[in-house]
Formats: sequence, C-alpha cells, structure tokens
Amino acid sequence: MFVINCPYCGERDQSEFSCGGEAHIVRPKQPTELSDDEWAEYLFMRKNIKGVQFERWNHAHGCRKWFNMVRDTSNDKIHAVYKMGEKPPVI
Amino acid sequence: MTKYRINKTRFVDQTKTVSFTFDGKKYHGFEGDTLASALLSNGIHLIGRSFKYHRPRGIMSCGSEEPNAICQINDNTDLTEPNVRATEIELYEGLKASSQNCWPSLNFDIGGINNLISPFIPAGFYYKTFMWPKSFWKKIYEPLIRLSAGLGKSPTQPDPDIYDHKHEHCHVLVIGGGISGIISAKIAAKNNLKTILIEDKNILGGSTIYQNNKNFIIDNQKSNEWLMNEISELEKLDNLIIKTRTSLAAFHSYNYLLAKENISDHLPLDKKNGSIRQRLWKIRADKVIVAAGAIERPLIFNNNDRPGIILANSVKKYLDFYGVSTGLNNIIFTNNDSAYETAVSLFEKGISVKIVDIRKKSSSNIVKNAEDQGIKIYWNSTVVNTFGYKKIKSIEIMNLSEDGSNVTGNKHKIQCDCLSISGGWTPMVHMHTQSGGKLDFRELDQVFVPTEKSENHINVGSCNGDLELEEIVKNTNNKVKKFLNINEGGFDKISVLCSKESEKKNIWLLPNTISESKTKSFIDFQNDSTAKDIKLALREGFKSIEHVKRYTTTGMATDQGKLSNMHALGIIADTAGVKMGTLGTTTFRPPFTPLTFGAIVGRSVGKFFDIVRKTSIHEWHVQNNAKFENVGQWKRPWYYPINNENFHEAVQRESKAARDSAGILDASTLGKIDIQGSDASEFLNRVYTNAWSKLGIGKCRYGLMLNEDGMVYDDGVTTRLGENHYLMTTTTGGAANVLSKLEDYLQTEWPELDVYLTSVTDHYSTASICGPNSKKILKKLFPNKDFSDEAFPHMSYQDAMIDKIECRIMRISFTGELSYEINVESKYGKSLWENCIAAGVEYKITPYGTETMHLLRAEKGFIIVGQDTDGTMTPIDLQMDWIVSKKKYDFIGKRSLYRSDTMREDRKQLVGLLTDDPNEILEEGAQIVSELDKKPVEMIGHVTSSYFSPNLNKSIALAVVKGGKKMKGQKLFVPMENKNINVTVSDFIFLDKENKRINA
Ligand SMILES: [Zn+2]
Repeated sequence: MFVINCPYCGERDQSEFSCGGEAHIVRPKQPTELSDDEWAEYLFMRKNIKGVQFERWNHAHGCRKWFNMVRDTSNDKIHAVYKMGEKPPVI
Repeated sequence: MTKYRINKTRFVDQTKTVSFTFDGKKYHGFEGDTLASALLSNGIHLIGRSFKYHRPRGIMSCGSEEPNAICQINDNTDLTEPNVRATEIELYEGLKASSQNCWPSLNFDIGGINNLISPFIPAGFYYKTFMWPKSFWKKIYEPLIRLSAGLGKSPTQPDPDIYDHKHEHCHVLVIGGGISGIISAKIAAKNNLKTILIEDKNILGGSTIYQNNKNFIIDNQKSNEWLMNEISELEKLDNLIIKTRTSLAAFHSYNYLLAKENISDHLPLDKKNGSIRQRLWKIRADKVIVAAGAIERPLIFNNNDRPGIILANSVKKYLDFYGVSTGLNNIIFTNNDSAYETAVSLFEKGISVKIVDIRKKSSSNIVKNAEDQGIKIYWNSTVVNTFGYKKIKSIEIMNLSEDGSNVTGNKHKIQCDCLSISGGWTPMVHMHTQSGGKLDFRELDQVFVPTEKSENHINVGSCNGDLELEEIVKNTNNKVKKFLNINEGGFDKISVLCSKESEKKNIWLLPNTISESKTKSFIDFQNDSTAKDIKLALREGFKSIEHVKRYTTTGMATDQGKLSNMHALGIIADTAGVKMGTLGTTTFRPPFTPLTFGAIVGRSVGKFFDIVRKTSIHEWHVQNNAKFENVGQWKRPWYYPINNENFHEAVQRESKAARDSAGILDASTLGKIDIQGSDASEFLNRVYTNAWSKLGIGKCRYGLMLNEDGMVYDDGVTTRLGENHYLMTTTTGGAANVLSKLEDYLQTEWPELDVYLTSVTDHYSTASICGPNSKKILKKLFPNKDFSDEAFPHMSYQDAMIDKIECRIMRISFTGELSYEINVESKYGKSLWENCIAAGVEYKITPYGTETMHLLRAEKGFIIVGQDTDGTMTPIDLQMDWIVSKKKYDFIGKRSLYRSDTMREDRKQLVGLLTDDPNEILEEGAQIVSELDKKPVEMIGHVTSSYFSPNLNKSIALAVVKGGKKMKGQKLFVPMENKNINVTVSDFIFLDKENKRINA
C-alpha cells in the first residue's frame, strides 16, 4: 500500500485515495465537431502503460481534492504529485 | 519420561505435564511442547494420509513448511479448525486434535486404494478424469474419491472468537528472531531507533538457540550460550518491542506489512476467557530488515514420503530443543555438512546413527568430528528405496556413478526407525519478492538469493544466502550498520569460529535402478506430486514453470510449496537441459502462512460489518410495525403490515389508499446536494440533459444525468432556492457517487466555474404526502398558506413554518398524484412526521413503504434508475427524448447520443407489458422472446419492473425490448420454467396519461 503525498494534506495511506485513471485527457471543448472515431478516442482509449504513467488521484477520504500523480506502474514508485492545472513535471 | 523423551532441555518444562487427545486417544506431553513434539515423544509418527494417493504420512519438519502433519483441532461445531500444522500448535491442556483426509480411519484408509491405482492418476489427473469411460468413474472410483478427498472440516457455526486489528509505526522492523534478527534488532534499538522484532515462535533464538556444538563458537562461548546472553540483554532495551508468536503475513510496497499475532491460541480453552484470539498488525516501517532464515530441503528419491522420514535439522530440534528422539536407530541421508550436526548430537546422546552422503568426501571440522566419534559414513551413496508401510523400517542404498547420474554396484539394505534427510538449504526469499525485490541464482549451492535494490529494506542472515555462522554474524553486523547509517554496530570485534563446508554437491532427482515411471519420488508431499508427474508435464508440452505448477499442482497446497518449488524447478531445468537461473521462479504471494478469515476481517463482523443509516423518523417506523429493506446503507420502510397482512396484502392496501385518499412516505434518504455560486445555473446546464437557465426562483425541475458515454446515470428533482442557490436531489443509492462525479468535473474540467457543492443528505428529513386529500392535510398543517394551484402550482417550492420549525415545501410528485414534500432540519423530522400523521387522521392517511412507492410510480410509467436502467440505457432508449435539450451546445454525454451505436433502432427500449391473463404477475428479470419455435431461442429483452396494480386491477410491467418502441400491440412471450406467459407490448404509462391527478 502506497504512501501518497497529497499536495493539500501531506503524506497519507493509499486507502484514503481513489485513482481516476490516466491524467491529461482533456474533455474536448466542442464535442459536436468530432467524428465518432475522435470522440471514441477521448471516451474509451487509455494507454495503460507499464512504466511511468501520469494519473489522476482523488483524496476521497480526506480533502476530496483531485490532483495528478506520476507513478511507475512496474514498481509503484511515485515520482511526483502536483495540483490540477499545474504543468506535468518532466520525468 | 516416555521412551522417546530422552533429553532434558531448558525449553520444555518436564515438571509440567499437559494432557491432550489425538484421534480420541489420550496422551501426555509437557509445557513447551508443540503438538508434533508431544506426538513424537509418544512414538507417534503417522499423522495423516496424503491428498491423492492416501499414503500414510508423518511429521516431516518442525515449522511452517510442514506439508504432512496437518490436523483438525477441536471437535465442536464453532471452534473446530482444519488444516492446522501440528508443528506450529503449542500444546495446551485439553487440546483435541485429529487426523484429516482419512476415511474411515487413520489406520485403515480406504482411499489407500488410490495408491494401488496410482498408475491411472498421473499429473493432470483432475483434468483428464472426464475423458475416461463414464461408467468406470461414475460407479466405482468417483464416489470413493469424493468420500475420501478434501482437507478437513469447516466449522458449521459462527466463530465465537474475537479478532483484532491494530496499526503500528516504527523506524525499524526486524522480521525473524533468529541470530541475525537479534543482532539487527540490537544494533537498531541501541541507536535510538524505535524497533519492532517479530518472531513466529514463542521464544527467540531460531536454530542457533539449540546449536550446542563445540564446532560453533562465538566470543569463546558455544553459539547457543552466547545467543542466550544476547537475548537477555535485548529484553532490557527500552525502544525495542519484541513480538513473539507473531508471523509476517504480507510485505507490501512502501514498507507496509501485515503480521498476525497469536494471542490466546496456545492457552487452554478455559483460560482464554473471551480474550482476543489473534491480532492482525498493520505496520508501516521506515526500514525493514528481513531475517527470515532458511528452510532445509528434502531429497528426492523413491518412496521418500514414509512416516519416520524427517528433515535432518528438524530431528536435531526435536532432540536438542524438545528433548525428543524421533527414532532410536537413525540413518542420516545428506548432501551437505549441516546434517552432521544432527548426527553428532544423536551420537552424544547415545543414539545409534549412520550417515549416507552423496558426496565423495568432506573435509570440514564437523565431518571430522563425526568420523572421529566412529559414526559410520557411506560416501558417494544414495538411497534407492525405503520400506515400512506406516513407519519406515529399512532403506536400500547404492553407490553413485562417477558423474552422479546413475547408480552402480549392489544394493545394500540397512535397518532403521528414522531417516533424517537433508538436501541443503533454501533461503526464505518470500518476503523479499513480495515487496517487489528480485532474485539471483547462485550456481555454487543452487540457491536463489535476493538482489539488493531497495533503499528501504535489506535481507540478512540465511534468507540472504549467508549459510555459515561466521558469515551470518559478520555480514549482518556490517549490512545493518550501512543500512541504518550507524558507525558502531556493537558486534565489530566479535570472533566467530565455525565448521565450514567446502565440498558441495546437489542432485535434484537422485538416480535409481528402476525406471522413473515405477518410482514414487515425491516433490510436493501435500499435493502428492512426484518427479514422474513433472516429467510427464514436460513431455506433454508444458514449458513455463507456472504452467507445470498448475498442471501437476506442485506447490499449490496450503504449504505453498515451501519444500517443493526448488526441486520442481531443478528437475525441469535438468530435464529440459537449461540453466536453472534462466527459468525464474513461481510467484511468491501473500500470505506466507495461511491466515484465518477471522484475522483478516477483525472486528468488522455482525453489526460492525457495515454502517447502518437510519432516518430521524426511524423509531416511528419501528413502532408502527414497518418491515425494512436495505437501500445502500439506509434502512427504509418497505411496507407496514396491519394485523396479519402479508407483503402483497399490505402493498395493495397502501397503494390503493395513496390514490384514493392520502399516503405518506419517509423520503429522507434521497440524496441532497446544496449547490451555490454565480455559475450554478451554467453548471446544471452542463450536467443535466435539459436546460436550467430559465428556471425561475422557487421552481422545481426534474433532471436526468448521463455518463459521458450517453447512458443514464442518475435522476432527481432540483429546486431553485435563490438566484445562485439550488438544491439537487439524487437517488438514494447514487448520492455519494453523484457528488464525487460532480466534484470531479468541477475541479478538473471546469475549474473556471464558481460553484460550491455540499452534501446535505443527512441535514434534512422529508415527509412526502400524496393523494387527492393531500392538499387538505397541508392546509391543516399550514393554515396560513395559500395552496391554490395559482398560488402554489405543481413543480414549485415555498417556505413555511410549523410552530417555530422552518419547512421547505416542494409540490412535486413521483406517484402521479397531487403530492407535497415537506423538508425540515433532521432533528425535527420525527416531530414533523407525527404532525403530518395527526393532521391526516381524518383522511385515513396511510404510511407507505418503498414497495408501494415503486408500484405507484410504475403505474405512472416513471423509471427508477438502477432498476429499469442498467448503465446501457440512453434517454432515447427510455423514450424520454423530451428531456434531452436540442438547443444546448453541450452537456455530459451529449455527443455519445449521436454515436452510430447509440442511434441503432434495434437497441433495447423501454416498453410496457400487459399479460393476457390480468392476474398473472411477471417475474422481474424474466427473459422475453418473440418466437418460441426458433432455435436457439433469441432473447430480445427482459422484465425490469412488475406489479399487480390495485388501482387498475390488473398486472402491469415495465420491460426493455429490442426495437420495442415500434412494437406496441405486438404479442410476445415470457417463457418460465413450466409455462409460457403471453404478453402484449403496451404504452408504459398505465395510469392517468393526461396528468389530471397531479392537479386534482
Ligand atoms: Zn488531501
């Protein structure tokens, strides 16, 4: 079980958090302009990387804030956490 | 003393007799014994039968790796426990143990017939069984196998024991209380680090604590004496917590570990006194030092599974720790030096011992010591067979060929009553790999050793591959110092003298004169898989160790292959002609030893299993005989039977009363979200399918919420309380998820919106009054209020007071009747409810539950999200096109409504169903077909809601049917077990399509 450093609360056990999948998938501003394939790309397609992955996490049983996290899925090492809207770090 | 209790030790108190029973017969042991040592002291070796062949099996080890001596403890219906290792149970007064896997009895086991038919049950037996002629298996073997298979009996009554969970944090956690763990813990604790040392046995010291041999000297003392002094010093340290009887179950990432402490398992039943039985520790440690030790390997040769064949170091432990001799005429069969310690120990106690060694010689001190004492050693020899059915009686040995691949010369038979075997040592790398660590293969002595990578844990001692005493002591000291950044370890000047092994030889499967297919060389003793099975699996094309493991079931028993995995790998490597290091290992998964379910669930049982939510009106419902149903965590009144009414009668009465006069429902459980902010209207526009900007203050509107994939997610009425203030209601079960979803969008997609969400579900209680007389009741409750349709129209809200209690009244309807919902602060809920009941007496106001609510809304054709929808229904599928705004540019899920798949006309769509026989009530979930004769029968939909409507006096149902929108009037069938029910597709609004009643 990870220890996650919530950008608002500090270090907490993973059991307080929930993962919201891949980060930096921006909801299209004009969905009606998109083809079925383009919309499906946004809606369904996720990379699910083995290795360094950018993820959304929510401090569900804490401050309830969403934030981003860079995690290596092969060894669960957490490289960085940062607030929503902040630029992703270069890993 | 019994015949076999030949030695007095400091670990077993021979003045304190403990009596116990095994298979109903009474025996005696002493305080400090395990069940295994007590049985051996009584000369009992035969403990159980093997799983597949039902061969007699005895105690083979002295620890958690034990594959054979598996017992059922206790014989009552609630405390009985199967699959307990006799080697791990501390003896207590009144302990009742019995053998498992034997039918009809341990000594006469009919399952032994499997042993005779064993040529027919090779690897993959369970997969191949059904390929045999049916009659053969069905009538003869299967009934026998079924009767005699299985591992123990489960308790049939709830577990009366208490289990506990506790969190703990520390700087350093040391796993294992052997010599390297003790050195590690002392270094850490002496340097002001909060340290926890856990040990699964009841005392510290590991195998060194009984290493009483002049060849192993630390600081001029025998190693056991030295360690004894270290332990007594350790116990004085302040910042060290020592937890004995505590075994590590799991080592998760980020140094999060689970350990199970046995608190009262070793106490007699009458002394447990309701104390906690086991505690699961959840430990987060800055640093973890694994000192888990090593397990002795068996040797693989023909008939290596008889009772009386025991691992050599276990024989030594029974002798030097428990004072019990496992035999009086011993042979030791080994490929390494460590077994010679056992030989010397036996010899010094006057017990006959001979040695069979596969090596040609060994020049170490301990071997010289044995030779000097005159112990007979058969060099370059192997055991080729053993004899004795329920206990070993003799062995046959032969010489090995030059390269060890074959046997030569004559067979030589030797009598014995115990055969000690040692195939070297396997470092316990389970913890290391569980935490994500990798392994290297060391060719020299054929072991997997940890590759050190982690900054936060290390392995020390024999689990790290350090198998000589000097290495263990010195390397542990140096590694721990470095790991903890400490300059002075306290063991820097220590002197260690020990016998060192220089000649090493390993043969995974020992050669024999007879062909392999006729031998029984067991690898996995508990699951009865043999070398032959492994080779068969390879011949049949299995290559991956993971596949071979599953096909042969090697390593898949309750011991998880602690004794067998290495040999399985070795034999695969030898047979396939590949290097063992390239094969990898199977995955070591937690728990290391079986955990009780009790320890896993802890206190979360019975009423603590889940949270129970009750409304403030709950007590009234209880007093008025409500039957409850669980809706999420809520207890909701389901129906209120009067006198001897059954479910159906009560619901029919409630439903009729609500439409004929007045009904009242506790609607407090509906999710409520307070929405405020200057962008609140825009926010609602984006999350609901319909438009919200023009909703006037004081007005209510029904909204449908979709997922981004276009499927209906939740629904409810939202009220505009002020310019920038809304109160949203959600379904009872969906409240928490809706709030999370809305928060997600607000924080991550639309951070520019000025909107604040607060869950207020628990803040308000709601009484919903419906029926033609509801307005009259409201007038009585609020005499100063104008309830005319002009002043207080449908879908609007007003504030009002009852005495000094503020109320929000919404005129909204989920039943199709004229209906008002009164909301008050929760603390006034019961008072409001009682006021409503009192005001309604003259109209025979009838409290109704969730079932009646469901029935009434179904009459009106209103959906319930989660009942009539299942995450695959769009609003179009539900024929709710009217609520999907065409004008709005975007809302959650809008784009998905125009995907080719969601626009298909043959999607399942909501329809009404009427049964040809109006008294026939369909079953919810029943499948619907259009053609009965078509094969295979095509299921075109299913019933989602079904009731008998007392107001329409006929059965009604909602259903989803492929292309149902265009099927009105069509005949369909609902096939049931014994009949086909004829139905006709109808409109799904069954009652008051003109909405007259809402304004009645
Ligand atoms: Zn937080």
